[in-house]
Amino acid sequence: MATKTVRTGEAERLSFWEKLYIPEIAKGLGLTLKQMFQPKFTREYPEEKYIPAASYRGRPVLVQEDYGERCVACGLCSRVCPAIAIEVQAAETEKEKERYPVKFEINMLRCIFCGYCEEVCPEEAIVMSRDYELVFEHPEDAIFGKDRLLVPVSQLQDRLEFLRQYKG
Amino acid sequence: MLLIDVVILVVKIIVVLHIFLIGAAYVVLFERKVSAWIQNRVGPNRTGWRGSLQSFADVLKLVMKEDIVPAQADYGFHLLAPIISIAIAIAVWAVIPFADAFTIGGKVIVPTVAPNLNVGLLLLFALSSLGVYGITLAGWASNSKYSLLGGLRSSAQMISYELSMGLSLVGMMLYMGTLNITEIVQAQGGSWLGFIPRWNIFVQPLGFLIFLVAAFAETNRAPFDLAEAEPELVGGFHTEYTGLKFGLFFLAEYGNVILMSALMATLFFGGYHFPDVENWAFFKQHDVLRALLQFGALFIKTVALVFFFIWVRWSIPRFRYDQLMNLGWRVMFPLALANVVITAIVVSVIQSH
Repeated sequence: MATKTVRTGEAERLSFWEKLYIPEIAKGLGLTLKQMFQPKFTREYPEEKYIPAASYRGRPVLVQEDYGERCVACGLCSRVCPAIAIEVQAAETEKEKERYPVKFEINMLRCIFCGYCEEVCPEEAIVMSRDYELVFEHPEDAIFGKDRLLVPVSQLQDRLEFLRQYKG
Repeated sequence: MLLIDVVILVVKIIVVLHIFLIGAAYVVLFERKVSAWIQNRVGPNRTGWRGSLQSFADVLKLVMKEDIVPAQADYGFHLLAPIISIAIAIAVWAVIPFADAFTIGGKVIVPTVAPNLNVGLLLLFALSSLGVYGITLAGWASNSKYSLLGGLRSSAQMISYELSMGLSLVGMMLYMGTLNITEIVQAQGGSWLGFIPRWNIFVQPLGFLIFLVAAFAETNRAPFDLAEAEPELVGGFHTEYTGLKFGLFFLAEYGNVILMSALMATLFFGGYHFPDVENWAFFKQHDVLRALLQFGALFIKTVALVFFFIWVRWSIPRFRYDQLMNLGWRVMFPLALANVVITAIVVSVIQSH
């Protein structure tokens, strides 16, 4: 018995002009040619920087008020940090019952930018900043001390506002 | 041969070699730029003015890389493969005429390394079909499955398309009555009815189309880049090559792109002829300037065709292997044969009248 072959391929549905390839190829070439004159999407990074929204979690910084840092060296951030990146050493101030961090270090090679330190902080003293440009030439350079962590409160208004609105 | 002739020949060889090398370097940059524009990107723009030194940085990187040969590879053949590829890509330039002859200090200089070679086209085909050895040998000598697959694919592909390529030019040979490339170019000077240039593409449009498609297949470029096929074969025949040896394959690929473009310009687009302008009285008196003008004309035509090569590569997806073979044997080959038969009939009818 002669078998009847049923062809249900893509080729069956194509018209004569589509099977000829060339008009379709010309169409495709026309499309790419048109794209060549479209505006470019590339951001030329070092010249044109990306400014993130307030919700962006950049490197963690300590909030600096006029009287000094807000941090009271409770050590919660160090405790909660899943990457064990934060080290805090407390010392007494002249005032009674008050402490301050004599040493506050974040190892930026360990930090995973999770934002737990910010979330756990009772004093709103450590917040995530917009800063994402972190380059080190040596591992030692990656350990940020208080000198590099303290940022004036005026520069962090956006983030503090965002935290007040959404942190619950 | 006089000493002065030897000096002229050496100078010609050096000039052609540099056209090839610097041309290939800039075609790489051009390709990256065009691909970027097509994809709405900017492309390399950090090295030199708008990225103009990018290719040289790339070459420097390739030169400084370690040369790795697989432990079980055949060292001699592994080394020979890129050399064959590059040598052939360079050698074919000998037959491309760059301009009409000009005189400097009473000495007539023909700007072709091997001028008036009466087997020009045949030599060209003989050399370009040797190119498959480089790629197949690279695949074989690497002792790697991917390389071997890439090499075998490309050998089957190049043999299939060489046939159509050769046949596509037979029509033109019949019409021109010569295999000498210099004569073919000279016959394309002037114009019909005063405004249509006497280019072969207007006589042999089908031949040109077949040659164009076969040229894509011969240079192993998309949409026929099955020899490399990054998603399937890692890198194809050059998977096991590093450093300068990989660089030679890379150079040979881009050199072949320029070569095929220059060849198409020469055979189908009037070669170095600049319609009308080159016949001005001014250029008749200053034949050195005319040669420069003609070289410029060839350059513009070649760049336009190189752009077409790149444009097609970034527009059209790769063919499947069976589609490739179907197209080669069941479409291109009969079309090329039909072109030969029709041209032969037309030529004999015209000659008998």
